[in-house]
Amino acid sequence: MKQDLSASIHKALENQNLAGILDRWNYPAMRAKAFEGIDFEALRGKIADIKGDAAGRLDELAETFKKNAEANGIKVYIARSAEEARQYIGNVCKEKGVKKIVKSKSMATEEIHLNHFLDEFGIKSDETDLGEWICQLAHQTPSHMVMPALHLTKEEISDLFAEETKQSLDNDIPKLVKVAREAIREKFFEADMGISGANIAIAETGTIITCTNEGNARLSTSLPKIHIALVGLEKLVPNYTDAAPILAALPRNATSQLITSYVQFISAPTLNDDGSMKEVHIVLMDNNRIKMSQDPKFKQALQCIRCAACLNVCPVYRLVTGHVFGDIYTGGIGTILTAWFNELKSAEDIQALCIGCDKCNQVCPGKIDISGLILELRHRAANKEGLPFIYKSSLQVINNRKVFHTMLRTASVLQKPFVKDGFIRHLPMFLSGLSEYRSLPSVAAKPFRDIFKTIKQPKCEEKAVFFAGCALDFVYPKTGEAIVSILNKAGIEVLFPEEQSCCGIPHWASGSFDMAADAAEHNIAPLLEGDPKYVVVSCGSCTTALKKEWTKILKEQHKDALIPQAEKIADRTYMFTELVDKLIKEKRLTPKEGVELHTLTYHDSCHAKRHVGIFKEPRDALSATGFQIKEMHECDTCCGMGGSYTVKQPEISMQMLKRKLQNIEETGAEFVSAECPGCLLQMAGGLDKTGSKIKVVHPAELMVDKFK
Amino acid sequence: MFESFKARAETSGNTEVKRFETTAQALGFIEAFIAQEEIKDEAGSYAVWADSSILKALDKNAMVAKFPGLHFDVTRELAKGAKIGITQLQWGLAETGSMAQDSTDVEQRLASALCWIHVAILPTSKIIADIPAFMTKMHPKDIKFMTLITGASKTADIERVLAIGVHGPERLVIVCVDDLELEGVAS
Ligand code: SF4
Ligand code: SF4
Repeated sequence: MKQDLSASIHKALENQNLAGILDRWNYPAMRAKAFEGIDFEALRGKIADIKGDAAGRLDELAETFKKNAEANGIKVYIARSAEEARQYIGNVCKEKGVKKIVKSKSMATEEIHLNHFLDEFGIKSDETDLGEWICQLAHQTPSHMVMPALHLTKEEISDLFAEETKQSLDNDIPKLVKVAREAIREKFFEADMGISGANIAIAETGTIITCTNEGNARLSTSLPKIHIALVGLEKLVPNYTDAAPILAALPRNATSQLITSYVQFISAPTLNDDGSMKEVHIVLMDNNRIKMSQDPKFKQALQCIRCAACLNVCPVYRLVTGHVFGDIYTGGIGTILTAWFNELKSAEDIQALCIGCDKCNQVCPGKIDISGLILELRHRAANKEGLPFIYKSSLQVINNRKVFHTMLRTASVLQKPFVKDGFIRHLPMFLSGLSEYRSLPSVAAKPFRDIFKTIKQPKCEEKAVFFAGCALDFVYPKTGEAIVSILNKAGIEVLFPEEQSCCGIPHWASGSFDMAADAAEHNIAPLLEGDPKYVVVSCGSCTTALKKEWTKILKEQHKDALIPQAEKIADRTYMFTELVDKLIKEKRLTPKEGVELHTLTYHDSCHAKRHVGIFKEPRDALSATGFQIKEMHECDTCCGMGGSYTVKQPEISMQMLKRKLQNIEETGAEFVSAECPGCLLQMAGGLDKTGSKIKVVHPAELMVDKFK
Repeated sequence: MFESFKARAETSGNTEVKRFETTAQALGFIEAFIAQEEIKDEAGSYAVWADSSILKALDKNAMVAKFPGLHFDVTRELAKGAKIGITQLQWGLAETGSMAQDSTDVEQRLASALCWIHVAILPTSKIIADIPAFMTKMHPKDIKFMTLITGASKTADIERVLAIGVHGPERLVIVCVDDLELEGVAS
């Protein structure tokens, strides 16, 4: 399984069709335009409320739906499993002698592998959505939830169409679309049955809503005399008006349109054109959704409206597509749905592909904590089978401060043969994958904890405890010195409790919540020693730990007694530039005048930007001290480091880095800065390998001589 | 309201919006349009016109005499061979440039979904703000089948390149009529 995954990652990375297509689309800008004049936060608040409420009473809503739709003349069947859904549809086909079926796009039918099942009965079901039809011709699964064939080029599609329609074709897209129209048109007329999905199901009126652009759903629901809609229970909402916010968000997020070309509301059978009555069946499918709704953590995943925005913004999805990252349902949410609707087994590997950058959460109209749920999967997988042994032992080592620190000190000596200018450019064979695209930093000869003791500080009333984090302590001690010097200028004395050790984010990110709680516990007492006014952190990820995750994780691990202290730390914690910005604005730090101006581009660490919302402060502080910010494209897209991600998914990590480096180079800035030693290490190593002139420096070192 | 409806509709994909003060003018335009598109009584060149209130003002027999390819009884076979499909819509939505159709009668669907050019007649007075407003006007309790139609049929399934006219009309011509269905409308 593991081998399979790395092989398919490798294959996916060689084919960057989809990444190129998504780039040309420029989704973030188009999406923003579609949402002009709309308060997205308010809108998704409404959707989350409606769907969250519905998720809490799916059984009741299904019954209400059934009652109302049946009163209108629709046959409603509630299928508990994929098998029941298949059997029901199969039986209708058998009873009515159905031979040919036209389908409009439905993820739920993919979920239960309906085409394959019908095939075995000798029933031909043709996909009519263009993208689905292309996938069907190519014998491939969809790579994207909204645009299923996005991984194929027009040349490949042209070949598929040529083979299917027995004619030679060129690669002109509008012409290819017309070929498809012609090839599929007759099928609508010949079909005995149309199968569709639904985007929304309204319990109050027994109505299903379908949103489409191509018009195939109109034909497949109108031309054949039987219509079956397969609808996941999570599509249920209580009332008619509940559909409005979903209809506002779905097309804007899915295709950056204000509305899809056709939105159908079907509430009852209608007469066919020969005067006979149409037969309409709706299969409401549970298939583990009720169980999901009973899981306090995963219930929120039922708030998904399948807009695929989380795929479009995901840096990992973009590189490897849904064929690797996902199954039927793709990307981040696909990982979660795969785990529930297929079986945990298949999701175990793909959850490891998420780097935890949180980009998805920001655009999700269902307000789902997608990255948090993937982490929860990882946590459950780790608990069930345990973490891989080697990995666990290294995490345990990190938690044992003395052993870890001794190891790092030893490393500083052992690495000597490989170090030049502070970088390791080649590693012994077994580790060479890590330094192929990126030089690794060397471990400093003297860690910050040793240097600190030699720094002479003025005695000040106000104290700040400095939480250095592992990388700064052992790799970037100079940054620590700069921080002490700057804070001293503001009349703040820096304390450095020796007992501090790893913040626990690596454990948390690998799903070992117990070890993360232990890490928090180790640190709490030392950090509060001397009752400091501030706790200063020089890393976005550690900041997240101290400001947010410690209290959460302690609560989860039932270490409630520690929570008041953890909260105290959270209140006092500042990311370094956040504090500098505040001190500048309070006029406690005064930038020197007449300093030489420099250009700089700023990379937002995922944790700083999206977990704790710090992105303006570093820019303000750096601007105030003579750095002109030249923003790079996608400044807040992950650099690919992701803690241990770079070790576990080296290939993806390196592709992400490549992209980042290109965006940095394009700014032509003198410096690139970020407030996370991990990002700095990744970017510096990458730029070193490419021989770039751009210097990678932590804000503290950039600002150290810029204050009066 | 009309202006924003027109602006939105005309950016929703191969859509033109015309406006006429009187029903007579609107019918005149449609007649000229049928002539211009060379409607003939052969498959591929039909025009189908589904039942609509504007037809009260039209002499159907005279029209059919003039255009033998024009049919007022819409069957699936005729709709399949139609170049033009003409229907009347119930409401216009200014925010998105959409139109709401009571699709209960299958003729309305066949005439608007299978043709190459959909000519959509809309009383100007029935243009309202948005989907929430539409929801106060049309309710699935009363209407078995409703459709919101916006622009022509389109896809971006191949390389995210927009292509018009996949399974539905590749052109939408909206004919707004100021004096149509004025009774009982508080606008
Ligand atoms: S957290 Fe980042 S990597 Fe993970 S699914 Fe979301 S966008 Fe993708
Ligand atoms: S998880 Fe959120 S962003 Fe992703 S498809 Fe579902 S609703 Fe859309």
